[in-house]
Amino acid sequence: MVMAASETKFHVLAVDDTLIDRKLIEKLLKTSSYQVTAVDSGTKALEFLGLNNNDHHDVEVNLIITDYCMPGMTGYDLLRKIKESSSFKDIPVVTMSSDNIPSRINRCLEDGAEEFFLKPVQLSDVNKLRPHLMKRRTQTNVNKRKAMDEIVSPDRTRARYNELEVK
Amino acid sequence: MWHGIDMCSLVYSFAFVPCACEHQGIVDDQFTQLRKLEDENSPHFVMEVASLFFEDCEKLINNMAIALEQKQGVDFKQIDECIHQLKGSSSSIGAMRVKNACIAFRSFSDGQNREGCLRCLQQLSHEYSLLKNKLQTLFRLEKQIVAAGGSIPRVH
Repeated sequence: MVMAASETKFHVLAVDDTLIDRKLIEKLLKTSSYQVTAVDSGTKALEFLGLNNNDHHDVEVNLIITDYCMPGMTGYDLLRKIKESSSFKDIPVVTMSSDNIPSRINRCLEDGAEEFFLKPVQLSDVNKLRPHLMKRRTQTNVNKRKAMDEIVSPDRTRARYNELEVK
Repeated sequence: MWHGIDMCSLVYSFAFVPCACEHQGIVDDQFTQLRKLEDENSPHFVMEVASLFFEDCEKLINNMAIALEQKQGVDFKQIDECIHQLKGSSSSIGAMRVKNACIAFRSFSDGQNREGCLRCLQQLSHEYSLLKNKLQTLFRLEKQIVAAGGSIPRVH
């Protein structure tokens, strides 16, 4: 089914090795009208995204929310892998933990996490996700419009590029 | 119409049990948050999460009991991991006294104090039984209300 970009539900990938927490985050996200895929490890998250192979992947994920303490690949490891990937570095990542350790929180935020939620995560936390998703969608639409403009009128693009701020 | 079941007292009890639990500190606000999430799409959400918690708790308590019995030496690292898991899931469901029992337990586990750990495990089992008892009462009341044709008052 084809929907206009503004009508499509945001798709959130939730990563947590604990079944109870996975069930809880899934419910919180669905209550907030997000489409949810929940996996139990960082490895499975990367597989879902298609990072572990070079095959073309059709899945579109708008945000990743991950637990910090997980066996094998931690949430921090996953965050780093996402941010180091050319295909996925722009996907907002949020980390969660039941432990309130400032150095851990700061490290995640400094290395690219948009938010850090302390567990148990509540609806008020999930409400904080929307601005990050809306910003991304607005940026994508702006980029699409710019791309369309460039096709239509190549002369104007030189001036545009001078104005563009490269982040 | 209610076939002899006093709907009023069922509904009253249904409201009373969580209030009493919160008053006694058995559950905290997180449990209320879970109940608020329950809706027509997931009418048994709390019961499902609670069942997962009961399974988890029983398994972890059992594992810790076995670990503490090891004559050749207690693996306190394993105990610590069990406590960490249980603290996390009890926090997620709002089982405050179980969570607090875990916090107390951790200090004895950190100190590698076997006797202290055994006492804590006993306390933990006690808190778990208390919680399970209360929640099962709540779920039984819920079933009775539905069976009698009533609807579950939702938390808002």
